Amino acid sequence: MSRQAARGTDIRKVNGELFTLTYGALVSQLMKDYENDEEVNKQLEKMGYNIGVRLIEDFLARANIGRCNDFRETADIISKVAFKMYLGITPVISNWSPSGDEFSLLIENNPLIDFVELPDGHNALNYSNLLTGVLKGALEMVQMDVDVRFVQDQLKGDNLTELRLKFVKRLEDAIPAGED
Amino acid sequence: MTIYNFYIFDRNGVCLYYVEWNRRKQSGMSSEEEFKLMYGMIFSIKSFVNRISPTDVKEGFMTYKTSKYRLHFFETLSGLKFIMNTDLNVGNIRDILQQIYSTIYVEYVIKNPIIELDKPITSELFKTKLDDYMKGLPFFPAKVS
Repeated sequence: MSRQAARGTDIRKVNGELFTLTYGALVSQLMKDYENDEEVNKQLEKMGYNIGVRLIEDFLARANIGRCNDFRETADIISKVAFKMYLGITPVISNWSPSGDEFSLLIENNPLIDFVELPDGHNALNYSNLLTGVLKGALEMVQMDVDVRFVQDQLKGDNLTELRLKFVKRLEDAIPAGED
Repeated sequence: MTIYNFYIFDRNGVCLYYVEWNRRKQSGMSSEEEFKLMYGMIFSIKSFVNRISPTDVKEGFMTYKTSKYRLHFFETLSGLKFIMNTDLNVGNIRDILQQIYSTIYVEYVIKNPIIELDKPITSELFKTKLDDYMKGLPFFPAKVS
């Protein structure tokens, strides 16, 4: 971003390892509090959602992009602009459904799991589930109801991490009271 | 040149923020009623403009003027609406509304975790920053004439 370049070192940037460790501490605390993989997934998604709802405004203000014409364009922006901006990675977009309403983000170097090893007996835990919430929350704010879920997870022995995004419907603007 | 007043509406039509500077005549209704009227009008103009447009609209409705004032409208992709009324001598100020969004709203509202996004903004910091920004604009008069 030109704004960042102009400032030299960007004060908003956080050391990547600190970020990864903080996230790890968050998940392990949730594990202690809830003692249940499914419940932790749910909490992570909820937190992500709340982050996404705010993050989208920061994103729109910084990226200064126009409205996407179709879901493919949205996929491109998510991968090449959003992931790049916030996590420094560019997931590969693939496995489009024939109708074009569903695709996968393939992440090879997920920064959230850098130092992580999943203990035995946590096969249901989606460690990086915060991401699904962030995507859902952010997209909802730009009038898109999207279903996001984990398909593959490197922590569970898969080759890469795969997030599946399915477009559900377009959300319409609220109509003001007394006007129908 | 002068700025009369300024509104921020959220995606659901809640007036998040209202401030006026050199408004000499009131509308003669409660502010809630006025907000509702303003939002309803913007909503209708927007939908009319989009329907009547010969091609798909990009920016859509941006501004209108009467013989007495000019209304400037900027909407983010997330549905936030920024509306500013000025006198007729003020030209295109779209980039200024965009600036208010990116450097004031995002910085002091979005990044403040205490502020609930669907409630009117009461943050003093936001208020001050916005006021400073407005008063620094070239078309904001130093003194009410």
